Amino acid sequence: MAKLSKPAKIYLAIVFFILYAPIFYLIFYSFNSGGTMSGFENFTLEHYAAVFNDTRLLIIVLNTVIVALLSALISTAIGVLGAIGIIFLRNRKMRNAVLSLNTVLIVSPDVIIGASFLILFTMVGVKLGFASVLVSHIAFSIPIVVIMVLPKLQEMSSSLIDAATDLGASQRDILTRVIIPYIKPGIFAGFFLALTYSLDDFAVTFFVTGNGFATLSVEIYSMARAGITLTINALSALIFVVTLGLVLGYYFFNQRSAANAGTGGPRP
Amino acid sequence: MTNRSSRPWYLAPYYIWILLFVIAPIALVVYFSFLDLAGDFTLENYANFFSSTYFRMTLSSFWYAFLITFISVLIAYPTAYWLTKTKHKQLWLLLIIIPSWINLLLKAYAFIGIFGLYGPANQLIQFFGAGPLQILFTDFSFVFVAVYIFIPFMVLPIFNSLDKINPALIDASRDLGASQWTTFRRVIFPLAINGVKSGVQAVFIPALSLFVITRLIAGNKVITLGTAIEQQFLVTQNWGMGSTIAVFLILFMIIIMLLTGPKEKGGALNGKAK
Repeated sequence: MAKLSKPAKIYLAIVFFILYAPIFYLIFYSFNSGGTMSGFENFTLEHYAAVFNDTRLLIIVLNTVIVALLSALISTAIGVLGAIGIIFLRNRKMRNAVLSLNTVLIVSPDVIIGASFLILFTMVGVKLGFASVLVSHIAFSIPIVVIMVLPKLQEMSSSLIDAATDLGASQRDILTRVIIPYIKPGIFAGFFLALTYSLDDFAVTFFVTGNGFATLSVEIYSMARAGITLTINALSALIFVVTLGLVLGYYFFNQRSAANAGTGGPRP
Repeated sequence: MTNRSSRPWYLAPYYIWILLFVIAPIALVVYFSFLDLAGDFTLENYANFFSSTYFRMTLSSFWYAFLITFISVLIAYPTAYWLTKTKHKQLWLLLIIIPSWINLLLKAYAFIGIFGLYGPANQLIQFFGAGPLQILFTDFSFVFVAVYIFIPFMVLPIFNSLDKINPALIDASRDLGASQWTTFRRVIFPLAINGVKSGVQAVFIPALSLFVITRLIAGNKVITLGTAIEQQFLVTQNWGMGSTIAVFLILFMIIIMLLTGPKEKGGALNGKAK
């Protein structure tokens, strides 16, 4: 295959520069002792200190992590069971209908998810706050888990289950000792995606969070609307490192079990 | 297979989820679109939607979404094409994708600084001798930031479909005397059109419903359908009108999905952009 021409290399270099420049620009100015994102004065870590001394902010970070972990765990459990249910649906029409319903929340714009959940919570009478945010995150993560688990289930030969049945395994044994171990990579991929979807979400949370509760995204939004504070820069540098760690960790985890996977590609 | 007509208990949560968080929310949005501020039945919201104010807003939202999608394709296609020719292409692709994992708000926030009156963009302009310009809060900055955010979503599906093309087809085309351009136009482009379609699908609908960037970067200069919904729900508190706009956004979404055809396998997760 032909090697890349020079213009092609320059083009790619420009694209990569534009993609990464804003991120490094943010991180660079997090070390600025001047208060703005222009004109670098001196190196300082004071903005990082500000992040770690801000109890309110730390509580918000804790909230965000708790919501992400809980919602990922619960949505993975429900999603995995749902995917197994879909696989065992013998009626083709029914199965397609369930699959279409499953994708609705994946393709819907966040604004619509947020707005409709807001109506739902208000109608049911759920107080907006931690509970409504957690439930929404579980709700929009479930279909992603199902999508990640289904291909693994589809490639699993049904003779495995027949064999287990013949050997006298109960329904419960089949689930916990045959199916779940087999689809483990899909479950991990689903859990990981659910985690990042929750950490990343702004729009849905923005709609269903009340006054007393905030996640990091919502907090950053209100800070950014107020103007530039280098605390956000320090915060974003920290988030960048954590995100990078998660993505690379997931990537290598995936590579290791890629021999039989092929689906769990990274989410753009 | 044994007959599994007995529904195991463990399916219940999933079906409850479908009922409560897929069917009920859509039904509620449709229901609320027929309510006025007092909660009585009305068709006024629909009449309003076709009035000139909302009609113009819808048109401009479509125009911006079209512009954003079009520029994204223009930038992403060559990127994806040349990426498939690099040596460690999967690694380079990963590097394209990583920025999309960074929280959208942080990227928007970075551009508040970059496009600011004393930011690097203006320093560059001044270097070339022009005065500082107001870049932030213009439609230019809105389109730029939106394209920036959507580029990875466009590169990924195009890359995947380009990467799937059998190189023998390209060799065959060359052997039969086609020029490089003809090969691209008649062989590569048609074979990879599905990637472009999924990319368009992954960008156009989110572009219609963006509201974070419009608020932070375009400063209310640009109103998309998403911004209008957010405004009706959280500022004006007119849920009826907000729901009506949402109903139309859902309709547009369905039409676009029908137009761009079924998604490619593996592209199913592309649509999750804000």
